[in-house]
Amino acid sequence: MLKTSKIFNFFVTLLLVLLVLACVIPFWILFINSFTSENYLVQNGYSLLPKEFSLSAYKYLWEAKDSIGRAYMMSIIIAGIGVTTNLVLTILFAYPLSHKDLPGRGAISFFLFFTMLFNGGLVPTYLVYTNIINVKDSLAGMIVPYLLMNAFFVIIMRTYFTSNIPSEVLEAAKIDGANEVQCLTRIVLPMSKPIIATIGLMALIAYWNNWTNGIYFLTTRTDLYGIQNYLNDVMNKATFLQSHMNTMISTQNIPNISVRMAIAVIAVLPLLIVYLFFQKYFVKGITLGSVKG
Amino acid sequence: MRRRKFLRYLPLYLMLIPGAAYLIINNYLPMAGLVIAFKKVNFSLGIFQSPWCGLSNFKYLFSNDDALIAIRNTILYNLGFIVFGNLLAIIVAIALDCARSKFFKNVSQVIFLVPFLLSTVIVSYIVFAFLSPTNGFINNSILPLFGIENGIKWYNEAKYWPVILTVVYLWMSFGYSSILYYSTIIGIDKSYYEAAGVDGASTWQQIIHVTIPSLKPTIITLVLLGVGRICYSDFGLFYQIPQHSGLLYSTTQTIDTFVYRALLELNDVGRSSAAGFLQSLIGFVLVLGANWLVSKLDKESALF
Repeated sequence: MLKTSKIFNFFVTLLLVLLVLACVIPFWILFINSFTSENYLVQNGYSLLPKEFSLSAYKYLWEAKDSIGRAYMMSIIIAGIGVTTNLVLTILFAYPLSHKDLPGRGAISFFLFFTMLFNGGLVPTYLVYTNIINVKDSLAGMIVPYLLMNAFFVIIMRTYFTSNIPSEVLEAAKIDGANEVQCLTRIVLPMSKPIIATIGLMALIAYWNNWTNGIYFLTTRTDLYGIQNYLNDVMNKATFLQSHMNTMISTQNIPNISVRMAIAVIAVLPLLIVYLFFQKYFVKGITLGSVKG
Repeated sequence: MRRRKFLRYLPLYLMLIPGAAYLIINNYLPMAGLVIAFKKVNFSLGIFQSPWCGLSNFKYLFSNDDALIAIRNTILYNLGFIVFGNLLAIIVAIALDCARSKFFKNVSQVIFLVPFLLSTVIVSYIVFAFLSPTNGFINNSILPLFGIENGIKWYNEAKYWPVILTVVYLWMSFGYSSILYYSTIIGIDKSYYEAAGVDGASTWQQIIHVTIPSLKPTIITLVLLGVGRICYSDFGLFYQIPQHSGLLYSTTQTIDTFVYRALLELNDVGRSSAAGFLQSLIGFVLVLGANWLVSKLDKESALF
């Protein structure tokens, strides 16, 4: 650590405080305006200070629980199935690769690693998922494409297995008659909780925040939208309305400003809470990412 | 003997099957599907049975300026992101290292990562709260302080967006990359600083002669990784944040939004597959090239 003068330290603190504010104020604006009356917002715009406190946005959310609650539930279901499957696939692929004596290990590693170097991009992927394996307008369309497993997680997991689980322990278990499945479930997994938490958290963020699969693969079944696609839809309708002021569209179904802020708040909240509890795993995941496979 | 060996490893091979099947569907089939850039797609025949059409999709792609604008934007944004992103991340990492209070250090790290957790949909809500022409925080509360009463129609004026998108990108990503740099700084041997201090080096001199040289491998790796991805862009950043406003395409269209719009909004498989093919191919060459350069400069930080 550097030894610093008083003036230098003052500027360092100032910079960090400004950046902390830059990260906090946008949330503050979402939060405060979700508790502000719509009248005030329409007349004065988004405000930095709490003005004309009102719970009407949250009342609206409660009354619209059929649509918003549904999207929220979909997000939970999609993230639940997705994260679980992702972890199972990642562990099952990483464990054999952690055996240095596995015949063909080099070729399998290359098969995995090559997917990080080269990819087909959106058009062929879209055509594969709509023409060869059809996931269009189904729950699978939200879960399977892109997110179910990736080489990066597998490599991190494999590296953890090889460097943190002593091979003597596995040898001993095998001499006692344990098979590979028992070795994996009874020895390796209990010793790998930190890495499972890290990868689970990263997969959770990816699933919870995903909205691209929704716009690629759900065209008619908008009832399968998660909360992110719901928010996206609301914003599209609102901007469409703003640019077509004169057309006769029912404005009834489009939530107003404070309601939009309230939906955004409840969409962010679960991830923020999970993050605050598990943030050390998350930071670990970032620094692990810089370690090569 | 061979048979016994095979039986011993059989459970391990079986474990690989689900993941391998997924990689084939999700990654390898699309790679093979890149050939559609050279085909005239006929969905009734299927992707692989459609007739070949040579380079006509590519000729069509460059028949007007749209694709060139998207390519230009992608490269220029990425260059800006690489320069400003790394610069900011290094400054923040050094500042975190210099901060005296341990509590403040930890709290700021936790908070810096929060923007990274948000989906681009939520970020587009936040940006809209600032820039909305009628209700936005900037038009209503900031600009009047400078005597601009009528506000600016942000979503109609392309010229502001290079700055807006760069700021949004930096806001979302600086926490992540500064932690990468910070974890390198923590690892610097303290005796270097002590020795420099004994020799009478000022804080600035210590930063320039001790901290920055120690960060060199990380800087090289991150810059070259960025160069390797110079044809790619965060789809959400360029699609959601500008509210897909058509008036802004000249400065917000990138290869990824171009491909998406051509494929799903215009149903133009030919142009989008040609653009996607170029992106995948150049991306591949650049990743290999960047890694080759890293391994020349610093063998330890090469990716493979």
